[in-house]
Amino acid sequence: MHLDALMLSRLQFAFTIAFHIIFPSFTIGLASFLAVLEGLWLATRNEAFKVLYLFWVKIFAISFGMGVVTGVVMSYEIGTNWSVFSAAAAPVIGPLLAFEVLTAFFMEASFLGVMLFGWKKVGPRLHFTATALVAIGTLVSAFWIISANSWMQHPTGYVRLASGALRATDWLAVIVSPTFPVRLVHMVLAAYLTTSLVVGAASAWRLLKDPEEEESCLALKLAIGMFAIVAPLQLLAGDMSGKDVLRFQPAKLAAIEAFWTTKSAQAFHVVAWPDRAAEANRWEVSIPGLGSLITAGDAAAEVKGLKAFPAADRPPVLPVFWAFRVMVGLGLAMIGLGLWGGFNVWRGRLAHAKGFLRAAVAMGPSGFVAVVAGWVVAEVGRQPWVIYGVLRTGEAVSPVTGGEVSASLLAFMAIYALIFSAGALYILRLMGEGPLVSSAAPAGPRPPGYALGAAPHDPGARS
Amino acid sequence: MSLDLPLIWAAIIAIAVLLYVMLDGFDLGIGILFPFAGSPAERDVMMSTVAPVWDGNETWLVLGGGGLFAAFPFAYAALMPALYIPILMMLLALILRGVAFEFRLRARARGKRLWTIAFAAGSIVATLAQGLVLGGFIQGVTLKDGRFAGDVLDWLSPYSLLVAAGLVAGYALIGACWLIWRTEDELQGRARIWAWIALPAAAMLLAAVSFATLLYHPEVAARWGWTGDGFDPVRLARLSPISLLGVAGLAIAAWGLTRRAQGWPFAGAILMFLSGYLGLAAGFVPYVVPYSVDFRHAANADNALGLMLVGVAILLPAIIGYSIWVYWIFRGKVGVDAGYH
Ligand code: HDD
Ligand code: HEM
Ligand code: HEM
Repeated sequence: MHLDALMLSRLQFAFTIAFHIIFPSFTIGLASFLAVLEGLWLATRNEAFKVLYLFWVKIFAISFGMGVVTGVVMSYEIGTNWSVFSAAAAPVIGPLLAFEVLTAFFMEASFLGVMLFGWKKVGPRLHFTATALVAIGTLVSAFWIISANSWMQHPTGYVRLASGALRATDWLAVIVSPTFPVRLVHMVLAAYLTTSLVVGAASAWRLLKDPEEEESCLALKLAIGMFAIVAPLQLLAGDMSGKDVLRFQPAKLAAIEAFWTTKSAQAFHVVAWPDRAAEANRWEVSIPGLGSLITAGDAAAEVKGLKAFPAADRPPVLPVFWAFRVMVGLGLAMIGLGLWGGFNVWRGRLAHAKGFLRAAVAMGPSGFVAVVAGWVVAEVGRQPWVIYGVLRTGEAVSPVTGGEVSASLLAFMAIYALIFSAGALYILRLMGEGPLVSSAAPAGPRPPGYALGAAPHDPGARS
Repeated sequence: MSLDLPLIWAAIIAIAVLLYVMLDGFDLGIGILFPFAGSPAERDVMMSTVAPVWDGNETWLVLGGGGLFAAFPFAYAALMPALYIPILMMLLALILRGVAFEFRLRARARGKRLWTIAFAAGSIVATLAQGLVLGGFIQGVTLKDGRFAGDVLDWLSPYSLLVAAGLVAGYALIGACWLIWRTEDELQGRARIWAWIALPAAAMLLAAVSFATLLYHPEVAARWGWTGDGFDPVRLARLSPISLLGVAGLAIAAWGLTRRAQGWPFAGAILMFLSGYLGLAAGFVPYVVPYSVDFRHAANADNALGLMLVGVAILLPAIIGYSIWVYWIFRGKVGVDAGYH
């Protein structure tokens, strides 16, 4: 691996976007969850919903803030590091990103203020409207950015002029490119799964401490309801996504499954160590025929192997192969957790099912891991192209120096490490305290500027 | 009738950047003034005055950058690599100050001190970086075949440092005036003092930047009347309303401060910003990459601009409407009991 501006820019982009996507995956789901909680509270006036709302909105505020600042980075980074890509792609996907700002970012940012600070300033209905608009905003944002990404994965609705420039010819085909619908569904379900697993884990943690805490039991039931339904749907959406990959990006599919030779009745490799130099796998554990069955839907079907593509057009195999297995493995575990949780709810002894509660806590972060793994499959798998079949990653990089990019990459790593540790600490601390402590009205007069129930304050401390 | 799409888009981007500078300007200004607050409680109030709106303010920066990408991709592709270091400096600093809003509420004593410093330092560095971006931009960018072909540190010069210093003073001024408007008692008194210090500093630096621009950039000087072979008073006269606007702003702000008015100093400071912005713009219009690519040559394809214009025509009024509504909800003096809910 040669660390020039290109490689460093790729590392920096992968690092910053992988860091960014952690937050949207959580806030897209959490915003919807909060809208549901507030709606239920308005409809039933059951105070437990309000307690849960006031609790989760604090965690939402922290995550959303981190999502915003890391997102602002992304919108400039495509220019600082991928200027050739920017100039080439803007005639087609420029409007998509502009619409994301206009339809989503402003709405989220403005109504977030009302959602966090407007509880006493606007009536409950208006406040609920603000929460709902933030939730809709996150989904609209996902719509546009996934639309742009899907077009890059499989470009349609454009022509290449004689000058080499791209022009959109059919906006509908640009916005709704063939892989977009499934990809959007897969991503939104991923966000809902990620959130419900986190909510489930935090609630299960509280129940392990105090099985009588009704609010946590309620939240856990809501979470189980969500992932028990969504996890199996995600398997279906993922399978459809795989069919798209087979159709539109056969080289990526071959990398996902580590197929080297083109043949019928491919075997499914449960584990393997793909070796690019040898053009073969080491340490294979395989199930005959299953590879063709799950990718093409027919155990006898012929599926292309990597050797069918020139070496310069093959994606890296190892990260794609393993990231896919991590994602699917976690997806299957989520389905299992949903069944187990549903069984415990049905038996009516959820709060005392220690084994399940521990498993739910352990699975708390699994959504984030699966999301990042999924993006590695999608993005690394489409290499060496940025715009599939149109622009190679190697040609897309800015005229910047390796020195500049290594300095910025190191700075990103240091600052992201700092804000990630702090953010995680504050969120975990809130989760540990649970909904009752965090939402309780403060006893004495509240120190200025503090949230309700902010952490104990040392009056002597200068800050 | 056919619309002049590149021109309309140049106006839209210019307005987005102007709104960004004025709106995020005062909340960055609050960060710049953070170290001078009298007590931790005062800092909490200062932050509470902008906490509900800072995210919306910063979104104008995303529209500026995203809009440049979408409407003038060749300018975006040429400028971003040219200004790589100050842009990344700004982004990193904005991260630190952005997370500080929530983190300060959640941290305990030591952490709170850390995030207080992060908020102040992040605001100051972000402002300096924006000044360097602006200075580097006005100085001009070296291109070859439409791509950046200059040096890594081209943006760094005495001129860009002067612009950066001016921007710090300017943001501190509107931050202080914002606090006069939105707070009361002791903190308001302190904000008046800050404004009295920042006002002459900002005015002097603005004047210094104007002169430096004229001295160093013949193209700009020509716009204002100083052509290579003499002085053309007509040109100067045509642009003089811009300078008069700045003087008027200065007078209004100073008068408001003497009269101990609530909102007038802020209005005056905003006029000064407007004048500075228009004054600089008058120097490089119609270039979007000074002094080689004008906005027509950097513009995106007409069908992309047209599609986006439809979106803007519908969405921008709505955005402006609900942004004003949010400011309206949070109007009035901010006391010590602000915060969540
Ligand atoms: C707007 C377009 C866009 C979107 C929505 C995403 N990406 Fe991407 N990604 C790119 C546009 C892109 C790119 C500009 O095209 C890159 C940069 C270099 C490259 O190879 O493709 C890229 C590369 C890239 C790489 C490095 C691949 C390599 O260099 O081998 C990773 C790991 C990711 N991305 C991960 C993600 C994640 C986690 C995303 C989820 C948010 C994501 N991408 C969304
Ligand atoms: C190249 C890729 C990306 C860019 C350039 C980008 C850009 C941005 C920017 C600028 C923001 C901040 C907006 C604000 O100020 O409020 C943001 C936030 C957000 N982004 Fe991204 N983004 C990218 C990838 C993604 C992807 C793939 C998703 C999800 C499917 C996503 C979902 C969101 C959401 C929901 C927010 C709202 C804030 C949050 O929840 O954290 N982004 N993004
Ligand atoms: C359960 C079985 C699953 C299957 C069969 C599956 C399948 C796939 C496939 C084939 C892709 C690549 C799409 C492409 O490159 O175009 C993908 C991408 C992705 N997966 Fe999964 N997936 C599964 C579970 C999950 C889970 C549980 C999550 C997260 C909670 C997840 C999150 C993602 C994400 C974020 C992407 C990238 C976005 C995209 O391309 O759609 N997946 N998945």
